[in-house]
Amino acid sequence: MSHVETEEWRRPSPRLLRLRRLEVAAPAVLAVVALAVAGGVTGTAAAYGAAAAAALAAAGLSPFVARRYRSWGYAEREDDLLVRRGVMFSRLSVVPYGRMQFIDVTAGPLERMLGLATVRLHTAAAATDARIPGLEREEAERLRDRLAELGEAQAAGL
Amino acid sequence: MRGGRLTIGLAILFLPAVFGGGRASDSYPQLVVIAVLVFAGFVSWLVTRWRIEGDDLHIETGLLRRRSVRFPLSQVQAIDVVRPGLARMFRVAELRLRTAGSSGAAARLAYLPEHEVEPLRDRLLALARTARSGEPEQGEERPAAEERVLARVPTGRLVFAIATSGTGAVAELILVGFVIGYVVSPAAAAGILSGGAVWILGAGTAVWRRFNQLYRQTVSEGPDGLHLHGGLVALTTEVIRPGRVQAVRIVEPFVWRPLGWCRVEIDLAGRQRRKGEGRAERGQLRTLLPVGDLELAYELVDRLVPERPHELQPAPRRAAWKSPLRYGKLGWGRTESCVATRSGRLGRVTSWVPLEKAQSLRWVQGPVQRRLRLASVHVDTAGRSVHATLRDRDAGEATRTLAELATLARAARLSRR
Repeated sequence: MSHVETEEWRRPSPRLLRLRRLEVAAPAVLAVVALAVAGGVTGTAAAYGAAAAAALAAAGLSPFVARRYRSWGYAEREDDLLVRRGVMFSRLSVVPYGRMQFIDVTAGPLERMLGLATVRLHTAAAATDARIPGLEREEAERLRDRLAELGEAQAAGL
Repeated sequence: MRGGRLTIGLAILFLPAVFGGGRASDSYPQLVVIAVLVFAGFVSWLVTRWRIEGDDLHIETGLLRRRSVRFPLSQVQAIDVVRPGLARMFRVAELRLRTAGSSGAAARLAYLPEHEVEPLRDRLLALARTARSGEPEQGEERPAAEERVLARVPTGRLVFAIATSGTGAVAELILVGFVIGYVVSPAAAAGILSGGAVWILGAGTAVWRRFNQLYRQTVSEGPDGLHLHGGLVALTTEVIRPGRVQAVRIVEPFVWRPLGWCRVEIDLAGRQRRKGEGRAERGQLRTLLPVGDLELAYELVDRLVPERPHELQPAPRRAAWKSPLRYGKLGWGRTESCVATRSGRLGRVTSWVPLEKAQSLRWVQGPVQRRLRLASVHVDTAGRSVHATLRDRDAGEATRTLAELATLARAARLSRR
């Protein structure tokens, strides 16, 4: 999986996997319950079948969620940050510290619940696509400060 | 302190509204509005002052609420001279200072007498150079206006070029559709006209804008970069410093390939969006040469990216399974300071990106590419639409290239500092 050897890849927190599973499971549970209730009220077998299908689909997605989680990685090198991700489309971004314009740390409600945050790097190029989700809060802050520091030291402008 | 003569033309700008709103009975409120605007424009011109102080350009404006803007000249990317149609009648012109960044925060010194504009621009540019390099300009005066014309576009060719371009084709289709509709049933055509007026206007304006901008455009080489002059109604003069160029590309549309023609487009830093530019043109680049021979095009590219690679390696044969239309054109090459890539389905597009302009690099592999052991490498720049993409390379080669380009880009960045 790793395209560049000799790198020490760091991973997002295992809690990211829990978050991703939650994101799949919550709607699935809702759908199953709703369909089962509908089946109980109307007494049609089709609704029970649909409920079972929803449960199966959610269970079937689980390995993909796990693989996607495992594909995330980042490595801080001397002059640039590497970010890799994706199963179907695998990507590896190289963002030189000197090119970073600003760094975002965001955390949605679910992420906050689990104590996670997403770090996103911005360069002058709109196509730059470097974000690292599911970092533990302290790690996200450490990374942000470290990147800001390195970025300032190596700033290269346009 | 120098008294500025700003914004006289703000008043001029509103004149066409008089002719626009010419319905006799209900034009009073409009006339009042125009009168107020003209008066406001005049007042704003009266109270606006600008001066050069050290390395900064100060602009002070506003009657009730004073606003003072400071532009560091070291940040100035380029200074353009713009002469809108009506301003030309009054023999005034506008200076536009472009700074890096796409927010459009450009200083406008609007409406100075025509003969003052060029010397002022040269002075500001000299100051900007001094501010950037941090040391005073050498005493020797640069020989003024020593320009060598590199390319000039004949009007006939430009018309042909626009007629065969994408926007042109759309406009023609609409026109032909309308004419046919009119011949078949005039009544229906009236309906179409009222319904599709927006489209017709849109296509018409797009074509007109291109023609207006590129009419009689000449590219010449000056001491500070390439100079672009041109325009039909509004004359513009734009200076393109080589350092401003984020990417260059030569586009050979399918229709032109038998003729051996192409166009050259450049992606610039700090290209400010013009007032009139709508959404359609937001993604557009600066067209250096709207239509010309390949030989001339490569000569222009040489001026902008001096150390360009001359040989491109083709993609591996199995890439034909993934991109059958593109396969014949795919290729890439590099030197120490520049990456070139070629692609295109029907037409052919060759792009060059100076490595010092690379913002980030990406290695991407899709499912089909994985099957075929292929991968693409993207070189992202701060420009708008030209991105060098090394499409469908051998996966191992792509990985090696990624590491290699990262090192080279770093060296290029450092050597520039």
